[in-house]
This record gives sequence, structure tokens and C-alpha cells, in this order.
Amino acid sequence: MKKVLSVLSVATLSLSLVLAGCGSKPEAQPQGQASTGGAEGSAQTAIRVGMVTDVGGVNDNSFNQSAWEGLQRLQTELNLPKENVNYLQSTSDAEYVPNLTQFVKDKWDLTWGIGFLMGDHLKKVADENKDAKLAIIDAEVDAPNVESVLFKEHEGSFLAGVVAAKMSKTKTVGFVGGVEIPVIKRFELGFEAGVKAVDPNVKVIKVYTGAFDKPDLGKSTASQMYGQGADIIFHASGGTGDGVFNEAKDRKAKGEDVWVIGVDKDQSLTFGDEVTLTSMVKRVDEAVFRVSKDLSEGKFEGGKIKWLGLAEDGVGLASTSSKNVPEDVLKLVDEFKEKIVKGEITVPDK
Amino acid sequence: MNKVIAVFTKESFLVPVVAIILGLLTGAIAMLAGGFNPIQAYMALIEKVFGSAYNFGETIRQITPLIFTGLAVAFAFRTGLFNIGAEGQFIVGMVAATTVGITLDLPAYIHAPLAVIAGAVAGGLWGSIAGYLKAARGVNEVITSIMLNWVALYLANWVMNAFFIPVGQQRSETIKESSMITISWLSQMFDSARLHWGTLLAVLAAIFFYVILWKTKSGYELRAVGLNPHASEYAGMNVNRNVVKAMFIGGMFAGIGGACEILGVFHYQAIMTAQPGYGFDGIAVALIGGNTPFGVVLAAILFGILTFGAAGMKFGAGVPVELIRVVIASVIFFVAAHGIVKIFVKPILKKKKEGGN
Repeated sequence: MKKVLSVLSVATLSLSLVLAGCGSKPEAQPQGQASTGGAEGSAQTAIRVGMVTDVGGVNDNSFNQSAWEGLQRLQTELNLPKENVNYLQSTSDAEYVPNLTQFVKDKWDLTWGIGFLMGDHLKKVADENKDAKLAIIDAEVDAPNVESVLFKEHEGSFLAGVVAAKMSKTKTVGFVGGVEIPVIKRFELGFEAGVKAVDPNVKVIKVYTGAFDKPDLGKSTASQMYGQGADIIFHASGGTGDGVFNEAKDRKAKGEDVWVIGVDKDQSLTFGDEVTLTSMVKRVDEAVFRVSKDLSEGKFEGGKIKWLGLAEDGVGLASTSSKNVPEDVLKLVDEFKEKIVKGEITVPDK
Repeated sequence: MNKVIAVFTKESFLVPVVAIILGLLTGAIAMLAGGFNPIQAYMALIEKVFGSAYNFGETIRQITPLIFTGLAVAFAFRTGLFNIGAEGQFIVGMVAATTVGITLDLPAYIHAPLAVIAGAVAGGLWGSIAGYLKAARGVNEVITSIMLNWVALYLANWVMNAFFIPVGQQRSETIKESSMITISWLSQMFDSARLHWGTLLAVLAAIFFYVILWKTKSGYELRAVGLNPHASEYAGMNVNRNVVKAMFIGGMFAGIGGACEILGVFHYQAIMTAQPGYGFDGIAVALIGGNTPFGVVLAAILFGILTFGAAGMKFGAGVPVELIRVVIASVIFFVAAHGIVKIFVKPILKKKKEGGN
């Protein structure tokens, strides 16, 4: 019995230590808030910008990563303290609202929601916190305190289609989409329009895998497409696209002449020049950087919907394209680009 | 006094508690190795969960579906079945609730309960597919229920796309107000955290779990089948019927969980780009909770706090998300590995014996 009591007393002692620890916490908290509060008052540039990723996560080789790179650039260029830019990853769509709210309630100057899937959730948070400033990539949110940035993916994809149609030897090309949502639909329609503009006889095989995070599914889909005679595949499927690259690499090793057109970032940097023909780059980083920087200069355009296309350099082919794409094709791409910018060609987006 | 001590030194209580502490310690070591202050990190976790009314409310929101899926797995386990399909049952529950919520137009006191019941029945039927295949054809329920998860996911997306999603959208229209189970006054109290009646239903479900298994004849049969199907058969019980029944009731729990997510949290159903994950977490919850209803509720609370508080560790202490997963995983690891934990618990138990004498 005595031993039990001694065990119990040790337990209470350790518990009280833990509780004492809890007690000390609130003292530390106001200090941190005070210092940031002071920074806000002293210099208009020491802003705090946070972002919430969708379920793809910050290392998705795609737009979430690109957005985070934009914020890191903001931190270095504006010489902000490291903790003034931060991100939160969402593991399920139930977490979008609490993650966004975390930044908003902590009075961050700007909170980014990355991705179409976050639209409704960001709207809810914006409506509940009217004095907070938010911005979103890939979705239109109708609220006075939200700036929406969208990309004309169809214009960039059109150029990818031009390259694909020009360079396909089998006269068959493929499109692998993630989930069939408006953003991805724009990739598909633009790509197809570009292909048909060069050669209406080139066949486009289109498949939606239904997922952005399934490389295995991307691999089997690519395998099927290459099997059906496609020699170039354009993917707009986030992490699923990793599998497309994988399959192309396997086939390349066996001597087959197959290519992949990457998406969002210059994917030749990740997957190598031997399989990456070119990439349809979406400058999410640029957009995140610009809008955040504008905010630091006091220019926040809440309620506005910005569309970035070829004319604004929001989309386009990667600068490394010349490695695998011959000059005459790139020249044709430039011609088409000019026509789109001038409005002579309207690329379908719906 | 002795009784109180007895409760706290009982093996069924000590093992999970020690396991959790060991898990947190392992996580702390991982964080130290990564150059982060574990005390600060755990403080940030607690701060995140209990620091504001909003976050506390959202933690409850996070815990609720875990109770349901935990019960779904635990119930089937009591009958000797490994229900990996809580995920799929959860999803069909969502679809059923959305369907009822959008298409019907009824007064609230009928509409909302009907939507919940629809979710329960859908989840139950989905679960009993795996149960039936096991009973009638001897197909392993682990395989079928995993596969049914994927069928449910893509079927749900197809149903949404085909019937409920307006062109150019990725989510269904909002369900009718009369079918919502949000508690607005409570939400207001918690700074508009998304609180709903589902939490109460989850607690009731846990009580129902206990009553049916331990206080009724059919529950006795279900448990007997789980302990020894052959002996139960000799005793004149219909093993196959009990298998289907266990999967139906298990699926029902998960289905209600899915329905509550729609009716209480989202109010619409979006195209799912990945499994929602509550069903898989439910397996861990059932395991930690020792397949007892009270244990499941406690485990769901722990799991909900860990997963929701994880954002706080990232935010407050700068711990990368990967390390936070290590912490959560090591807690589950130690709970699952009873054998390891018992080595640590033994000395305490010995002392108890001596003290008792």
C-alpha cells in the first residue's frame, strides 16, 4: 500500500509539473504577439503572409509548391523575418476552413488559399472575417476582401498542343487529366484546340484519372495510351502525372520514342530532359509574389478577379523547351502565341 | 481509496496510457533529433486545441466522425470481422444524406432525421455486402471491404457528377436548410466553429453499441461468434446471419458518420479527389480504444486532438508536418504493440499486487 502511495505521489508531482508548464505558456504568448504588433506599426513592409495548401501538400511538384516558392521569394526580396511567411497543409477538405482561420484569427496580413477546391471554404472564412484580407489561386470568390487570381490555362495548353501535333510521329497524342473540374477542363480544351489548329487529323486520346495523388493510376493510364499509339502525352494531373513520367522513362529505356509534356512547373528539372518534351508553365509563384508584394505597398485589390494569360505571362511554355523542341516548331508556337495575344485566335475554355 | 487506485492501476487502463506516453516520448526524440524543442511543440499542440473557442469547437468537429468510424470497426471486430471498409460505408452515407437533403422537401423535424437514417441504411447495406460475401461464399472481408472503398469513392463522384453538380462546378448544390443538423447557437458560442448534432449522435451510438452487445441476446450471439464461431455453431447459433448483422450494424455507424459530415459540416458534397480518411483512422481508433465503446470515444478524442493540434505544432513551433506524422504514428505503434508496452507496465502491476497484499 505504501508503495502504491509513493507511485501515486510521483504521478501527482509529474502532473503538477506539466500543469506548471501549461501555466507558463500564456506569459510567453503575449510577448510574441507584442513584437509582431510592433513590427506592423513601425514599417509597412514587414507583412506576414500565410498560405494553405490543398490536399496535394507543399511538395506536390505542382502549384502548391510553386505558390510556396512565390512566398519564399517574397521573404528574401522584401527581407522579411523567416517566420513572416508560413504554410499549413490540409490533409482533408474538412481542414481547409480551420487552417485558413488559423492565419486569419492570428491577424496575418494576407492569407492565400491555393487551388480551386478551396473556393467555397475560403468564401466562408472571408464572410466570417470581413476585416481579414485573403487571396485565392484558381477559383473565383465573390467577396470584397478576397482577390481571386485565375490563369488562362487553355491559352498555354494551346501552345503545348501545337508542339505535340507538330512533333507526333504517330499522329496520336494523349491527354491525362486529374479530376474533371473547370480548371483541368481548360487544359484539355486548349490542348485539343492547339493540336487541331496544326493538324485536324491528329487524334487526341483523353482520359481523366479521377485523382491528383495517384502516380500508379497515372502510370497505368499512360501505359494504355502509349499502347494505343500515342507518342506524346500532356498531363494536367498533379502527382498522378509522376506516374506518366515514370511510364515514359520505362519505355524510353526500352528504346521507344515517347514524350511527356509537363505541367504547372518546368518539370524537365524534376524528371529530366530525356522524357520531358516541354512544360506548360503556370506562374503561380509569380502571381503569389506579385499580389503579396502589392499588398506590402498598400495596393490590395479585394473583390477583384484577375485572369492571367499569355499576354500577362501568367502561362506559357517552359524556357528550357528549346532543348528538345526544334526551332521551326518554336517559331510556329510564337506565331500562334502572337495571334492569341492579339485576339485573332480565341481559345475555347468551356 | 483502494478502489480508486485499483482503477488507475488496472492493466486495461495502464497499457494504453503508457503506450501514449511512450509514443509522445518517441515523438519528442524524433523532434529533438530534428532540432526542434518538443516541449514547445507539445505546448503548441495543446494551445492549438484548447487555446480558443473556435479551435476547441473544430476539434470536436474533427473527433465526431472518428467516433463513428471507430465504432464501425470495433463492432465488426467484436464478431471476429476486420472491417477495413468503414471508409466506403462513410462515403455511401454521405451520398445518401446528400441525396435526401437535396431532392426531398420536408419539414425539418422529419427531413433531418430521415437524411441521417438514409445515411445509416446506406452505410449498413454497403457493409453487409462484404458481410454477405463472407457468409455465403467465404470471401475474406478484408479484401472485399477494401475494394468496396474504391467502388464507393468513384461511385459517389459519378452520382454527384451525374445528378447533383451544376455544370462548371466541383460540388453539389447546397442541401435544403430543413435537412441541416447544424446547431447555430452553439456554433455562435464557439466563434462559428462547425458544431452539429452529430456529436450527440456519436455519443448515443457508443451507448447503443454497449447496450446491444452486452445487454441483449443478439449481442451475446454476436460476441460468441467473434470469440469462437465453431462453438457458437454447435450451440445452435446462426453464424452466417450474425456475420451479416455485424457488418450491417458496423456499416450503419460509419454511414451515420458520413451523413453527419454532410448535414452538419459541409452542407454539400464535393467531388472527392482522395479518400476522406476517416475510415482508415477509425481502424486506429478502434485499436487504441480496445474495441470497447468507451475506449473508442476516448481514442477518438486523442486522435482528433493529435490530428487537429498538428497544425498548431507546425504553426507555433515550426515542426514540419512529416515529423508530426511520426509522433502520431508512434503513438499508434505503441498502442498496437501491446507486448512492448507490457514490459514497461509490469513493474507497476507487480507493485499493485504487493500493495494489495
